[in-house]
Formats: sequence, C-alpha cells, structure tokens
Amino acid sequence: MPEPEPTIVLDGVVKTFGANRALDGVSLRVPGGQITVLLGPNGAGKTTAIRMITGAFAPEAGTVRVFGLDPAEQGDEVRARCGVVSAKPALYDRLSGLDNLRYSAELYGLGRGSSVDARITEAAGRFGIDGALRDQVGGYSTGMKTRLALSRSVLHRPELLLYDEPTSGLDPESSHAVLELIREMTADGSTVVMCTHLLLEAEGLADQVVILQDGTNLVEGSPGELTRRYWPDALVRVGADDPAALDALRNHAGVVGYDRTDLIAVVRLDRSDRVPDLVVALTASGARVTRVEPHEPTLEDLYFAVRQGSGHSRLGSVVGSAV
Amino acid sequence: MATVDRGTARRPLQWGHIRTVARTDLKQLAQARDYWIPMLILGAIFFVFVPTVLLFTITQLGNVNAVEQLSQALEILPEKAQAQIQGDTETARAGYALAVYLFAPVAVVVPITISTAVGAATIVGERERGTGEFLAHSPAGIREIFLGKLLASLLPGYLTTIVGFGIYSLIVNTIVGPDVGGWFFPTRQWWILMLWVVPPFLALTLSLVLRLSAKVQSTAAAQQASALVSLPLIMVAYSQATGSLYGGDSLGWYIGAVAWVLAVIGLWRGVKVVTRGRLLGVADEK
Repeated sequence: MPEPEPTIVLDGVVKTFGANRALDGVSLRVPGGQITVLLGPNGAGKTTAIRMITGAFAPEAGTVRVFGLDPAEQGDEVRARCGVVSAKPALYDRLSGLDNLRYSAELYGLGRGSSVDARITEAAGRFGIDGALRDQVGGYSTGMKTRLALSRSVLHRPELLLYDEPTSGLDPESSHAVLELIREMTADGSTVVMCTHLLLEAEGLADQVVILQDGTNLVEGSPGELTRRYWPDALVRVGADDPAALDALRNHAGVVGYDRTDLIAVVRLDRSDRVPDLVVALTASGARVTRVEPHEPTLEDLYFAVRQGSGHSRLGSVVGSAV
Repeated sequence: MATVDRGTARRPLQWGHIRTVARTDLKQLAQARDYWIPMLILGAIFFVFVPTVLLFTITQLGNVNAVEQLSQALEILPEKAQAQIQGDTETARAGYALAVYLFAPVAVVVPITISTAVGAATIVGERERGTGEFLAHSPAGIREIFLGKLLASLLPGYLTTIVGFGIYSLIVNTIVGPDVGGWFFPTRQWWILMLWVVPPFLALTLSLVLRLSAKVQSTAAAQQASALVSLPLIMVAYSQATGSLYGGDSLGWYIGAVAWVLAVIGLWRGVKVVTRGRLLGVADEK
C-alpha cells in the first residue's frame, strides 16, 4: 500500500529578510493526523516556516506544498483549510469574544446567524471560554485570550492547525490544559504543527519532531526513531550494596559499554530485553541489587545531542547527569 | 516584493470579505468613544455652529457692516455665480451667497479630516496590536482587506458629512429661505459637489493615507505623515469644490470626473503597497 501524501512538504525553502537568512534550505515533511513539533531556539526559523505554510510569505527558492497546493498561488484555498494561533493571540481588544469569533467565522466563509453562533459557543465551550464570550476581550487574562484564540482556530473545523508557541505567557496550569486540548484535536483527524522552544512542552506531545537551527532543519522524525538513531543501545543504571560487585557485568553477553561511579553503574546493552538476564546474573554472583533503572533519553537530551552534532559525546553527559 | 497574493489576485473580489473587514473595523470604531466624539464635535462646529451664527447674524440681526462687507466680497465672484444669487434685498442676497458659495470648504474639510484620522491608524494599528497576524493568515485576499479598510475609513467621514449636510440644509433653509422666497438649498451644484466631487477626493486622499499606514512603523508616524499628505489635498479639493460651485454644472461634472480617474489610479497603486508581510510587520522582505 503506498504511503499517504504528507500534508505539508517544504523542499529546500529559502527566505531572507534583508541580510538575515530566516530559512536556509529547509526541507521537511509533515504527515497527516499527527502532531509535529518544530523545535529550535529563538530565530531558528520556526515562525517563518509557519508563515510560508499559509502563503503569507512566498519562498525565494525551493517549493512549498500544503494539501498538494502551492500556498503562494492558491493561498486562499490553503488558508481556508488552516487554523492558526500565533505567539500573540491576535485578538481585537475592543470587541467582545463573540464578535472576535464572528469576524473569523465570516472571513472563513461560515456566514452569520444563529447556527454560526451555536458553533461559536460550541468551539468556545471546548476551551472553557464560553462563559466570557459577551465580555470585551481587553478585559481577558492572558490565559483567556489564548483559549479564545484556540477556539477561533478550530471554529471552521480546519484540517491543519498551526500553533506558534501557543502557551507563551501562560502559567503552568493553563499551559498543561492547552497542551491537553491540542492533543485531543488530533483525535478527530486534524494535523497539528506546533512551534516551541520549550522542550518539556513537546515531550510526550510530539508524534514527530523537527529541530531547526539558523534556518535549517537539523533532523526530523518521531522521538522514538530519533532516540534510537542517536542512542542505538539500551541504557540501564544498576546499583548494588557493593558497587564493585557490578563490575562482573563488563563481560556479560550483550553489554557494549560499562561505566561505574562510587554509587552506580551505567550499562549500555545491545538490546533492552537483556535486562532480566543481567539481574539474574548479578544475583547469582552474590551481589545484592538495590536499583535497576532503564534510562530513556528525553527530548531535551535529543535536542542538545542534535544541536551539538555529536550524539555520543552528549550521551556521556546524559549518563553523567543520570548518575 | 515576494509577498504577493498571486492566487487571490486572480480570483474575483469577494464582497463578503470586504464588507466583513469594513463592518468589524467600524464596530471597533463605534466602541472607541475617544475617537468618534471629537469627530462629531468637528462636524457640529462646521455644519451647525458656525453657519448658524454667521447666517443668523446677517439675516436676523441685520448686521449692516457685515452685509456691506459681504456684498463687496461677492463682486469678486464669477459673473455666472453672481447671476444665480437670489434675493431682493442686500441682506437676502448676502445670506444666499454665504449659504451657497462660502461654505464649500465645510464639505471638504470635514470628511477628509475625519477619514484621514481613521485611515492613518487602520493598517499600522493591525500591526501594532498584533491582529495583522490573524488577517495575514486568513482567507481574505489582500485587495479585499485593503478595500474593506478603505470603506471603514471613508464611511465615518462621508456619513458625518452627509448627515451634517442635511442639518446644514435645514439651517440654511430655515434662516435664509424666508428672505429668498422659500426653500432653495441644496442647489444643483451642491448635489454635484456632495455626490460626485467630494467622494473621489476622499478616496484619493485615503488611497495615500492607507499606503502610508501600511509603510510606516507606528500609528503616531502614520498620523504625522497623513497630516502632511491630507493638508495639500484639502487645499486642492477646496479650490476644486469652490470652482465646481462657481463654474456651473458642467465644470462640476468635469472636476469630479478627473478626480475619479485620479482616485482609481491612487487606489490601484495603493493596494499594491499592502501585503501580508506588512500586516505581519515584516517590511524588509525581499
């Protein structure tokens, strides 16, 4: 069965602003129905990438395809199928929440009337902001504005949601709630592209990660794939009453790396299913095992490994920090 | 500039988008009392207060000096205009001339001042508030956004003028009418001025103001630059408006036609300056 077409394809895209090369040959593919997180420091090109996807900017070189369409040529069609939330909520403070959403509904072709108002209430209710719809947005808190902006982004039921640092300025509780809601949105088939520089935020949320730096994408793939690519070996931390007894593991089958401090040993295995055998062997040798802890590298580990361009050197520090 | 709406530039304009952008801008304006109350005061001063005081002074109080001075001033009017002045007495003729010929600036100053104030902030304001991001990513075409904003800037000035013009007509007919044989205002030249000459001058001014609003970095800068642009345009519009009143119907139609051509050219050029990049605050795009 052929692989489905990616929702978004960027191929060698270049975009400059004056002397600044915001995108320098970015190529990426965003599969449908998943959450793709664009990671990178400020100025990496994440926001520019979003703006290329909606056709707000046209590429100077390379190609952009969204739903198979060229946003520079068929921008209105692409934009009608996208919901965007930018780092600033981009709401009209002098209008009520309801009027802000009505404005969006009309521009996105939903029209006006009671059925549209019902849809607005439903979208706002999904983000818990329906009770404040009649209030002027100028009086909203930052969290309320973000929730209203998220409601606006799903009002016309878009196929593609583009979120540029949607939790910017939110307290941890509100951030968590927003991320939960974003996760829920892929359940009904929407494709989500989210930009962030907060690694903890992306952890557990991303189906696919793209790491950008200086306008180029360093790497893309699912967190699992990328972790395996950078750390092909399973990693386990083992402790014992007498740490020296752990040195017997050096020659155990499947052990490809071993490092011990005064307290704990970090063992690299060719396969993670060797861990039970490891424990059995230690027990048989008379060691009293106090700790066996598989270590999964985090997205943060991956991010820094990719940015430093050397997975193994970063692994050392991962192990060091783990110990 | 690379940020062009190549796709939306080809498809027909969606009037629904234009209406929606204009209506939303007007709704925001209606919420901003600090914005529209000075507009109403301006309209009231020019259309109600000043004409009432002047006409009342001349026709009802019988201010002889004022009438004499005005009668002398009327001699510099073109013969065609002088021939149209009605009234049997000096006072009646002075009142008629004042009402018909000397308040032309009112019809020009009020709409251009009000619309310029609104238009100057319209695009740069979107950028400053960050709401340009929403419009830039919306399906509305850039021409539709431009025309929506043009309408939202034009209507407050023009509607204030039309309403003021109605009140002014009432005042003029009430104060001067009894001396010249009944209701006489608006004259045909005034209808041509209001419906044919003023709108294109307003559109032409706004096409320049909206271009400035798209280009500058802040609302304050837009207002400064707009004032510089609108002042000479007010003078040009004033002279042409006065000419259209003095010179008879055909001159009015001719001046209006030229103004419409200039307005269309101004709008055509103006729409090109507004881009999604400028809505996003990225002016230095290649």
